[in-house]
Amino acid sequence: MSEPLIYEISSPGRCGVEMPASDVPETELPKDMLRSNLGLPELSQLDVVRHYMHLSQMNYNIDGGFYPLGSCTMKFNPKINEDVARLNGFAFTHPLQDPQTVQGNLAVMWHLQEWLKDIGGFAAVSLQPAAGAHGEFTGILIMRKYHLDRGDTKRSVILIPDSAHGTNPASSAMSGFTVKQLPSDSRGNIDLEALRAACDDTVVGLMLTNPNTLGLFEEHLEEVVKLVHACGGLMYGDGANMNALVGVVRPGDLGFDVMHYNLHKTFSTPHGGGGPGSGPVGVTEKLVDFLPGPVVDAEYPDDGDDTPLYVYRQPKKSIGRLKAFNGNFGMFIRAYTYIRVHGAEGLLANTEHAVLNANYIRVKLRDKFPVPYDRINMHEFVCQGKFAGSDVRALDVSKRLMDYNFHPPTNYFPLIVPEALMIEPTETESKETLDTFIDAMRKIADEAVNHPELLHEAPHNAPVKRLDEVKAAKDLVLCCMPIEFEKQATA
Amino acid sequence: MTYIPHTDANRAEMLKAIGVKSLKDLFPDVPAQHKYPKLSVPAALSEMETWWEMQGLSEANADVNHYACFLGAGAYNHYSPHTVDYVLRRGEFYTAYTPYQPEVSQGTLQAMFEYQSMICQLTGMDVSNASHYDGATSLAEGVLMSMNATKGNRTKIVMSPLVHPQYRSVVRTYTQGMDISIVGDDNLKSDLPDLIKLLDQETAALVIQSPNFLGQLEDVKGLADKVHAVGALLIVVTDPIALGLFMPPGEYGADIVCAEGQSLGIPLSYGGPYLGIFATKNAYVRKMAGRLVGETVDSDGTRGYVLTLSTREQHIRREKATSNICTNQGLYMLAAAVYMATLGKCGLEQVARLCWHKSHYAAKAIGKLKGYKVITDKPFFKEFVVKLPKPVSEVNEFLLEEFDILGGYDLGQDYPHLKNHVLIAVTETNTQQEIDDLVEGLKQVMEQ
Repeated sequence: MSEPLIYEISSPGRCGVEMPASDVPETELPKDMLRSNLGLPELSQLDVVRHYMHLSQMNYNIDGGFYPLGSCTMKFNPKINEDVARLNGFAFTHPLQDPQTVQGNLAVMWHLQEWLKDIGGFAAVSLQPAAGAHGEFTGILIMRKYHLDRGDTKRSVILIPDSAHGTNPASSAMSGFTVKQLPSDSRGNIDLEALRAACDDTVVGLMLTNPNTLGLFEEHLEEVVKLVHACGGLMYGDGANMNALVGVVRPGDLGFDVMHYNLHKTFSTPHGGGGPGSGPVGVTEKLVDFLPGPVVDAEYPDDGDDTPLYVYRQPKKSIGRLKAFNGNFGMFIRAYTYIRVHGAEGLLANTEHAVLNANYIRVKLRDKFPVPYDRINMHEFVCQGKFAGSDVRALDVSKRLMDYNFHPPTNYFPLIVPEALMIEPTETESKETLDTFIDAMRKIADEAVNHPELLHEAPHNAPVKRLDEVKAAKDLVLCCMPIEFEKQATA
Repeated sequence: MTYIPHTDANRAEMLKAIGVKSLKDLFPDVPAQHKYPKLSVPAALSEMETWWEMQGLSEANADVNHYACFLGAGAYNHYSPHTVDYVLRRGEFYTAYTPYQPEVSQGTLQAMFEYQSMICQLTGMDVSNASHYDGATSLAEGVLMSMNATKGNRTKIVMSPLVHPQYRSVVRTYTQGMDISIVGDDNLKSDLPDLIKLLDQETAALVIQSPNFLGQLEDVKGLADKVHAVGALLIVVTDPIALGLFMPPGEYGADIVCAEGQSLGIPLSYGGPYLGIFATKNAYVRKMAGRLVGETVDSDGTRGYVLTLSTREQHIRREKATSNICTNQGLYMLAAAVYMATLGKCGLEQVARLCWHKSHYAAKAIGKLKGYKVITDKPFFKEFVVKLPKPVSEVNEFLLEEFDILGGYDLGQDYPHLKNHVLIAVTETNTQQEIDDLVEGLKQVMEQ
C-alpha cells in the first residue's frame, strides 16, 4: 500500500478551487518585488480529496482501534466537541476583537479557568500555554520569577526524578537552570535519602509527575513536599497523569505549588496526529501574580445584575506572554464541553474506571510480562517485553501488536525499566476490548518463545514493513520538489 | 453523562480479578484526608442540553461571517476551501497520535513530508520542520537557534520594532533566563538603516518582518550581505499569503524564516490553535528544533516516512536537547497542506492578488476622505495604516454600531507615536460593498 507524493500527481494548469475575479479596480503590482516562480502542486479538487483520503487510510487512530499508549491518555474524542468548536460564533471570531463583542468566548475561558482551579486545587489558572511542554516551561519561569522577586538569587538547580518525561529536564535547561537527577527506590518512589541530600538553598524546586511514569502514586509524598518546602524550593506538578486523579485528589491539596494540565490528555481534546495540545497552568496563592497574562476576570456590575462582564487582566508581576493571542482557544471549547457533559460525578467515574482498566490488564498480563513494581497502580502500569530463552525485545512486541490490529504501548519509557512497555488503557475502553488485547498480548508472549521470527519481522499486515530509521537520519531527504524543478536541477 | 462502557457485571468481574472489593479500594496510596474533595464543577448536562448551552454562548459573540472584518494584525479572515475541513474531520487524522510508530502512521508522516516540501517551495528555503505552536513561538525558537548556530558566544539580537509586538514580547519571555540582550525595538521608530548600524560581532541575528506589522514590504535589497558580513543570521518573519506573489525570503538571503500559518486555511478560532511555520538552510538542520520527517525505505525496499534526527529532541537528549518541544501542530499543519494543495500554484497567487487589489482600492478611497491620512511611505500588501481624526476606539464603536463592521487594530496600544492610527486589513473575503461601507462609515463618523 503506497500513495504517490503530491508533486507526483500534479499537472500544470490544474487548480482545486477557483477564486472570484476582482470586484474592484486593479492596482499595478511592484514588478521588482515579485517572485519568479511558485512551486506549489497543481491538482483538481478530486485529486486532493483522494490523496488525503488514501493517506488517512494508512493511519492508526482512536476512532478505528485501541491505543494502550502509556502517558498519552488516548481516550475517546467525543464528537459533540468537534461540532461545538466549529460553531460560527467560536470558529469565526478574531482574537483582537473588543472583549465586549466576544463575551461568549470570554465566558468559556473564565469558566474553564474556574473549573480547572477547582479540579486541581489551585488559586488561579492561565490558559495560555499551547502544550504540556509549553506549560512546564511556563511553570519553571514562574518559579524562577518567584525566587528572584523575593531577592533570592542563588537558586539554580531543578530536581527531577529519573523516571520523568524528557520534557522536564529540557524545559529546565531552557530556563537557564541545571538539572539534578534523583534515583527511584525499590518500590518506584523517589529515593528519600537522595532527595534529603539534594535539598539545599540552591534548589529552585522539584518537578514531580504524580502518579509517576510507572503509574504509581508517590507513597511518601507528604515527606517529599515537606523536604522541598523546608529548603525554600517549590513543588512543580507535571499534570501529564492527571487522568488518574481528577475527583479523587487535588494536587494543590497535596502541596504542589504549580502544575500544568494537558487538555489533550485528561480533557479529551484530540491529539491530531501530534498537536495541537493545550497546557494550562495552575498555581497556589503565592504565585498568582506571576502567571502569564492576560487572564480572564469576571466583573459584576453594582446594580446587582448577576450577569458578569468578562474582561482581560494582566497579572501584576507576570512572567510575560508565552504565545500570541489567547491560547489554543479551540481546545478550550472542547475541554469546556467535556467537563460540562460529565459534571463532577462523571469526572470522578472516569478516573475510577481508568484505574480499574489499567489494574485489570496488569493482573491479566503479569505472569507473561514481568511487572517490576507490582502493586496497585493508577491509570497506567509498566511491564517488560523480555522473555527467558528468547532474544525478542519490547520493540518486537510493539510491532507484532500491529498485526493484531492494536496500536503498540509506549516502549522503552520510563528509562529506568529495561525493555519497558507502558500501558494506559483509559476509561473509555470496554472489558471486551481489553480482553481481546490481553489475549493478543498473551499469544505474542508465547510466539516470542516459540516463533521469535514472527516478532522480529513484524509488522506483517501494516501498510509498510519495518522502516529503516538509520537510513533516514543518514541520507536525510527532508523534502521533495515539483517534478519540473527536479528535472532542471539534474539537467 | 460519561462515555464509560462498563456494565455492573463487567465492573464486578474486573474488581474480582484485581482482588479488591470496590472502586474505592483502587486508591490505597492517596492520603485519606485529601481523598474525594467536593468539587464545585456544575452537575452534568445531557449531550443535547450541552449543545444548546454551547450554541447560546457562541451566539453571544460577533463573528466575521455576520460582521465585515477589517481586523488583521497577525490573524486574518481568509477563505478556506471545503476540502480543508473535510480532511481535518477525518477521525483517521484527528484521533491519531504523534507518529512515533511509523508503520501505522504513514498517512500523517507523508502529509508532514509534503507539508515540509511545500513550505520549502513557498519560502525559498532548503528545509522546513513539521511546525511549531504559532508564529510567535516559531520566532522565539528561531532566536534561540541563531544563538546556538553562532556557536553560543554571541549574546545580542537586533530586533525591528515593526516585528509583531506580541511576537517580540514572546521572545523576551522565552529568553528571560538567558544571557542575551535584545536591542533595536527599544526605539519604536527605528528603521532598517538604524538597525543595520546596531549589527556587530556580538550579534547573533537581525530579526525583521516583511510585510511588517504595519503591512509594509521592507526594502531587503543587500540586507542579508550586511548581516552576514558581521557573522550574524538574518531571521525573517513573513506572511505566507504574501509569498503567493512576492519574492520569498530564501531568494534574498534569509537564514531562518518564521511565519504564522493561520492564513493557510485555518479558522480564526479566537486566536488558536494556529500554526508556526519554520524553515531554514541545510547548514542549520541539526540546530533546528521541532519535529522533522525524512524519507526512507522499509525492509522490502518500499518508500516510506519516519520522524528523523530525533537525537536533537528532548525524549532522547533530555536537558541537552535543542528545545523542550514535544508536539507540533499536527492537525493544523495538515490544514495548511490541504489548503496549499487545493489552491495550488495559481490559486495562492490569485488570493494574494485579490488582497493587493482590494487593500489598495480601500486605501485610495479612504485617502480621499477629508481628515484621514493613509501612510504610504513604503509599498504595502494587505494591510495599511490610516491616521484618524478621532480616537480609534471611538471610530470603531461607531463602525460596529452603525455598519456592523469590525474595525481595524488600534496601533496606539503598542506604538505611542502612532496614537489615533489604525491598521486596516483587507483580504479576498472583503467585497467591494463592504469596503464602500467602511469608507461611508468613516465619512459619517467625521460628521458626528
